[in-house]
Amino acid sequence: VSAAAAAAVTNGLGGGEQAAAAPVSADQLDVEAYAAQYSGRTRVARLLFIAERCGVEAIQLEALRMAHDEARAREDTVLYLDAVLKINSRLGPRYRHDQAWVDSVNRRAEQRKEKLETELNGYRTNLIKESIRMGYNDIGDFFYAHGHLSEAFKSYIRTRDYCTTSKHIVQMCMHVILVSIELGQFAHVTNYVSKAEQTPDTLDAVIVAKLRAAAGLANLETKKYKLAARKFLETGPELGSNYSEVIAPQDVAVYGALCALASFDRSELKSKVIDNINFRNFLELVPEVRELVNDFYASRYGSCLEHLEKLKPNLLLDIHLREHLGTLYNDIRHKAIIQYTLPFISVDLNTMASAFKSSVSMLEKELAALITENKIQARIDSHNKILYARHADQRNATFQRALQTGNEFERDIKAMLLRANLIKHDFNQKNWL
Amino acid sequence: MESVEALVAHIQGLSGSADELAQLHGLLKQADGDALRAHSAGLLPFLSHLHPGAHSLGYLYLLDSFVSSSANLRAHAGGDLLVTVADFLTSCSADQIRMAPDKFLNVCRVLKNEVMQLNAPIRGIAPLRAAVRKIQTSSEQLTPLHAEYLMLCLLAKQYKAGLSVLEDDIFEVDQPKDLFLYCYYGAMIYIGLKKFRKALELLHNAVTAPMSSLNAITVEAYKKYVLVSLIQSGQVPSFPKYTSSTAQRNLKNHTQIYVDLSTCYGTGSYSDLETFIQSNAEAFQTDNNFGLVKQVLSSMYKRNIQRLTQTYLTLSLEDIASSVQLNTPKEAEMHVLRMIEDGEIHATINQKDGMVSFNEDPEQYKSSEMVEHIDSSIQSFHSLCPSIVSTNITEDLKYSYWIA
Repeated sequence: VSAAAAAAVTNGLGGGEQAAAAPVSADQLDVEAYAAQYSGRTRVARLLFIAERCGVEAIQLEALRMAHDEARAREDTVLYLDAVLKINSRLGPRYRHDQAWVDSVNRRAEQRKEKLETELNGYRTNLIKESIRMGYNDIGDFFYAHGHLSEAFKSYIRTRDYCTTSKHIVQMCMHVILVSIELGQFAHVTNYVSKAEQTPDTLDAVIVAKLRAAAGLANLETKKYKLAARKFLETGPELGSNYSEVIAPQDVAVYGALCALASFDRSELKSKVIDNINFRNFLELVPEVRELVNDFYASRYGSCLEHLEKLKPNLLLDIHLREHLGTLYNDIRHKAIIQYTLPFISVDLNTMASAFKSSVSMLEKELAALITENKIQARIDSHNKILYARHADQRNATFQRALQTGNEFERDIKAMLLRANLIKHDFNQKNWL
Repeated sequence: MESVEALVAHIQGLSGSADELAQLHGLLKQADGDALRAHSAGLLPFLSHLHPGAHSLGYLYLLDSFVSSSANLRAHAGGDLLVTVADFLTSCSADQIRMAPDKFLNVCRVLKNEVMQLNAPIRGIAPLRAAVRKIQTSSEQLTPLHAEYLMLCLLAKQYKAGLSVLEDDIFEVDQPKDLFLYCYYGAMIYIGLKKFRKALELLHNAVTAPMSSLNAITVEAYKKYVLVSLIQSGQVPSFPKYTSSTAQRNLKNHTQIYVDLSTCYGTGSYSDLETFIQSNAEAFQTDNNFGLVKQVLSSMYKRNIQRLTQTYLTLSLEDIASSVQLNTPKEAEMHVLRMIEDGEIHATINQKDGMVSFNEDPEQYKSSEMVEHIDSSIQSFHSLCPSIVSTNITEDLKYSYWIA
C-alpha cells in the first residue's frame, strides 16, 4: 500500500506539471452524472474538454456522444462541428458529419437573425427604450445559442444604454458575465460582478450567490487563490443548482476548499471554512473534500495528501481547475510541511517521511528548497537525518550589520568627496566667473 | 642672449633663498625656448656642474630642454642618461620643482618612455615613486604621474610597489582624465593582489564619475567591474543614482557579452556558465580579461557551497558534489578545504564518514581586538566629518554652483 501511495505522491509531484501529456485514469468518472449537473453550453464544453483530456477511450467516446447529441439538440453548429471532428467516425453512421443538417440550421439561423435585426431597427426608429433593450437582448441570446460569443457579448453590452431599472442592469451584468466566462475574459467578469453588486436595490439572494460564485471563478482563473477562496466561501447555499449554466455547487465546494487550503493560515481556515455554516452545506455534497480539510486542520497530513491524490484524476478533467491544480497541490503540500515543522526544535526526518508518505531523500530535497526560500527557519543534519530549528543570533547579526554599514558609509563618503571635487573642477572649467 | 655657461653660473649662484629662486626662475624662463634648445645637444656635460638637490630648478630646465629633443635621446639611448634622470628625480628638491610642474612632468614622461623602450619597466619604478611624492602638494592629490607610475608597476609585475601609492585616498583631482587611468590601473593592481573589494571601490569610482561623454577607459573599467563584482558578491549592482546619464545609457551597449555573462552566472549552473565562456572565449581574450573570467567561473562553486551552509548542518561530500555539479566527492573535499583555509566558510570535514559539518561563525564580537577595531572605525568617521562640512560650505558659497 505504502509503495503505491508513495508512487502516487511522486507522480503527484511531477505529474501536475506535465498535465497535458500524462493520460489520466478516470475510471471512477460517471460522465452522465457529471454532465447532468450542468446545463446550457457549458455542459457541451465540459464534455468536449473531458473527451480531450481523458485517456480512456470508452469514456472519451461516451463524452463525445453526449456532446454531439446535446449540440445537435441545441442547434449549436459550432459545438456540433467540433464534436463531430473529434468523434472522427468512430461511433457509427449516426454520428458522422451531417453537412445538410448544418446547412439547414445555418439557413434558419440566418433567417431568424434577419428577422430579429429588422425588428430591432424598427424599435430603434421608434425610440422605445424598453423594446430596444429587449431587442438587443434577444439578438444577444440568439448569438449565444449559436455559439457566436463575441457578437453576443457586444449585443449584451449595448443594452446598457437602454437599461432603466436596476433589475435591467443586473440582468445585463449576468448575461455579460456568462459570455465572458466562456470567452475566458475574466477581467470583464470581475468588472461586471462589481457593477451588479453596486446597484442601489437589494438583490435577490440567489443572484448574490451567483455573483459571488462568478467572482470566485474569475479570481481562480487569474490565479488569485486567496481572493477566490474568500469569494467561494461567501457564496450562500441559495445557489443550489440555479447557476448550472456556469458552475455546480460541488464545484464551489471543491474550488473553495482547495484554494483555502493552499492560501489561508490556520486561524482563517478554522474561522472561514470549518466553522462556516453556510459553506458546510456545500461541503456535504463532497464528503471527501470535507474529510480532507478536517485532516489538514487536525495535522493528519498523510491521510489528507492521500485524499488529494485520489481526487486528482477527476479534478484534472475539470475545465476551470486543470491549469491550477499543480500549483494548488504544491502549495497545500508545502503548507503541510511547514506546519508540521513549526512546533518542534528537532524533527526526525524518518518519522516525517512516513507521516507524509514519501522517501527521506525526496523530503530532504523539498525541505532544502523551502529553507532556501526562507519559509522554514531550520537546518538539516544530513548525516543523522534530523531537522533542527534555527533562530538567528540577533546580537552577532547586529554587530556584523553595524560594522558592514560602517564600512560602506566610509566608502561612500570618500567616493562622494571625490565626485564633489570632480564636479568642482568641471564648474571651474565651464564658468569663468 | 646669454651663453650656457653664464646660465649655469646664475643657477649656481641664485639657488639659495626663495627670492633668489624667483629671480632665477625669471632668468630661466627668458633663456628657455630657442636659446636653450639650440644648445641642447651640448647641455649634458654642464649638468655635471650642477647639484640636482640644491639646484633643482635650473637642473630641471636644462634637463628638460635636453630630453625634449628626440635626437638627443636616440644618441644617448640606454646610457647614463637614464641614470642621470633617475638620480635627479630621487634627489631633487620638492619646492623648487613645483615651480615648473610641466617641465617636471615632461621629464618623468620621457623617463617612462625610455624605460619602456628598453623593456625594463622595473628601472622606472623607484624614481617615479619618488617623483610622485615630490610633485604632490598633499597626499590627497592626484597627479598625472600616478597613472604612469601604476602602469609601470603593472608592466613590471611589481604590485606591492603600487600599493604604497594606492593606499592614500584621493580627494583632489586637477584633471578628470587622470582619474580614470588611475582608477583603472589601480584596480588592476588590486586584482593582481586579489584584493577584490578595494579593486571594486576604484572601478566603482571610474564608472560613476561625472562625465559628459563616454570614454574607452570607462568602458574597459566597467567590463572589469562586472567581473570583479561577480567574483566578490555574486551579482552586479545596478547603477547608483549619481551615475552620469551618459554612463547609464551607453555602458551596457558596449559591454553586451559581460552583461550576458552576469545573467548566465545568476542561473547558478556551472555547466551553462562554462559553455557560455567557451563560446565567447575569443572576445574575452581580446579584452585581456580571460584570467578574470576563469576566476569568475571558479567562484561559482564557492557561491553554491556557501549557499549550502545556509541550509544544512551536516552534508555528505557526495551530496555536496552532486548539488554543486562537481564530478567526484574528492573534488568537493578539495574545494571545501580551500574555502575553509581562505576563511570563506566555517566548517569541519570528517573524513571517516565523508561528512562536512557547517559551523556558525565563531566570532562573538566580545574580544578586545574587536572593540579596538570598532573604536578605530568610529575614529576614522570623525576624521572625515570636517572635510565633508567644509566641502559642503565651499560648494554652497560658489556662485557658479548656483547658476549652473
